[in-house]
Amino acid sequence: MSLGEPGLKALDLVAAGVAGGDALPEGGEGYKSGSVYRMILAVFLENRMAIVGVGVVVFMILFSFLGPVIYHTQQVFANPNISLDAPSLAHPLGTDGLGYDNLGRLMLGGQTSLEVGLAAAVIAVTVGAVWGAIAGLVGGFVDAVMMRIVDALLAIPFLFLLILLGTIFGTSILELIIVIGLVSWLVPARLVRGETLSLRVRDYVQAVKVMGGGSRRILFRHLIPNTMGTIVVNATFQVADAITFVAALSYLGLGIPPPATNWGGQLSDGVTYIFDGYWWLIYPAGIAIVLVVVAFNFIGDSLRDALEVRLQQR
Amino acid sequence: MIGYIVRRAGQAIIVMIGVTIITFILLHMIGNPVNVILGTHHSPANVRALTIQLGLNKPLPQQYLIWVWNLLHFNLGWSYRQNDSVASLLAQRLPNTLLLVGTSTVLAIVIAVPLGIMQAVRRNKPDDYVFTGFSFVFYAMPIFWLGLLLIILFSSLLNWLPPEAPQSQGNLFSQLNALILPVVALTLVTLALFSRYMRSSMLENMVQDYVRTAKAKGVSDRAILFKHVLRNALIPVITLIGLSLPGIVAGAVITENVFNYPGMGLLFIQAADNEDFPVLLGVTVVVGIATVLGSLIADILYAVADPRIRYVS
Repeated sequence: MSLGEPGLKALDLVAAGVAGGDALPEGGEGYKSGSVYRMILAVFLENRMAIVGVGVVVFMILFSFLGPVIYHTQQVFANPNISLDAPSLAHPLGTDGLGYDNLGRLMLGGQTSLEVGLAAAVIAVTVGAVWGAIAGLVGGFVDAVMMRIVDALLAIPFLFLLILLGTIFGTSILELIIVIGLVSWLVPARLVRGETLSLRVRDYVQAVKVMGGGSRRILFRHLIPNTMGTIVVNATFQVADAITFVAALSYLGLGIPPPATNWGGQLSDGVTYIFDGYWWLIYPAGIAIVLVVVAFNFIGDSLRDALEVRLQQR
Repeated sequence: MIGYIVRRAGQAIIVMIGVTIITFILLHMIGNPVNVILGTHHSPANVRALTIQLGLNKPLPQQYLIWVWNLLHFNLGWSYRQNDSVASLLAQRLPNTLLLVGTSTVLAIVIAVPLGIMQAVRRNKPDDYVFTGFSFVFYAMPIFWLGLLLIILFSSLLNWLPPEAPQSQGNLFSQLNALILPVVALTLVTLALFSRYMRSSMLENMVQDYVRTAKAKGVSDRAILFKHVLRNALIPVITLIGLSLPGIVAGAVITENVFNYPGMGLLFIQAADNEDFPVLLGVTVVVGIATVLGSLIADILYAVADPRIRYVS
């Protein structure tokens, strides 16, 4: 379970407010001008952690989605004769309680965990960004109300929200994605609102207003593209968090029912065996989760450093 | 200063009201307590009678107001599963959770601050990488997996510590060494988070102009570090700690589940399994209000430490 990343974003905002730095050039719409994006990419790739992170994520995606194509196991019919076997040539990671090959199970679980993580992160970031941008742009009473709602939802520990929403919504993959997305949109909303507040007093926004541009134009063609940096960084952390949330929910019994599986579910199944010494049921799923979450954190940190022009004076 | 406190307190009260509204709505979406209580005995007459008795036939806003009125009188309802008033259940469990969360948070802060300072000073050297690596790994690890690993290592293999928290009624300190593992698990994860904040904050401050000025003035490196950078770096970390409180409580929930620790998190999970709505409602609201209070205190401390904030809302 991760404790969320609101803090480091808040630090960024504080620092941005104090020193007034901005990675994209002032003014204009956020369209691709080769040199800026190339510079960001270059700094990103210089960072060894980033490359390791991207490598691990790519490996995990290939492992989970292409793995079953290369390494055939059947995951539907239980085979109690070979259940709980230790790793061997036939089953490199042993078999689980129902006789399924554990390595194949890991691949299948990876598919679900990654899918849910990515989808939930996209939903969370989209909803949050739009909410935050509207709140920041409109300001005044509407902003106050929207932000109080966010604060109230943030005050309830996300796990309580997850459990309550999980009980309301049931346990299919789609509902799981919605539930996690509903809990995770709060942090991007706050971040984007902060960025919007600082961006909307910039000269180019005033210029658009003077030229007669409406709020919608400002919102979609200027503000959101210029907050893309923060949004993308936050999105990578959201993926990491979402994967951990899926694991936590599965551990608490609110995850996806069998025969579908995900890494968290495999971990919670492994709990029953801690005192029996079936190590191959406990470690692989946990290691997989840690690897992917750490990888996404590396990517997020490096992206943030790459977009943070000030820190490059190090 | 007073103005700032009043404004923040006003916001906090609105957020608390928001918490009660949201929790109330969520609980009503979960299900109908009448069917849960009656089980197989629900003839229409019984259903009707119980609905009226529980006051569930009144319009929703009225139910909400009645509930809030009771809340203000510390009447949190009656748990039909555990046959006890919700308030007394909470009174039993709240101190335990406070112990777990409080000890872990304090330990995490006490270790994270020096660690963050050290990492910032020796950044990009091997020790920095090692500790950053550790904090990444512990931050990424699901708490229940960490708890499991600790149990395997210290209970199963080494047999030094018991795998479960003390269960004796009301007396948590009967087996002090059983408290160690839950606290260690929660502290490690919290520590990973706090040391990242601390390191990040220290680094942000060390590249500021005032540090260069101090060095040019001839102030010793040690004095710069402890008198200037540290004080400025601690300020955002205070707010971040305040913001992390809900997360730490969530972590405590899972830890309590793993170690069977008799706290509010375990109460919540059991209530969710049992469909015990009054308990769910009571626990969520109490924890929500406690976290709002915690953030309020953190923000006030922040204003005490950093005068610039008092002029921003």
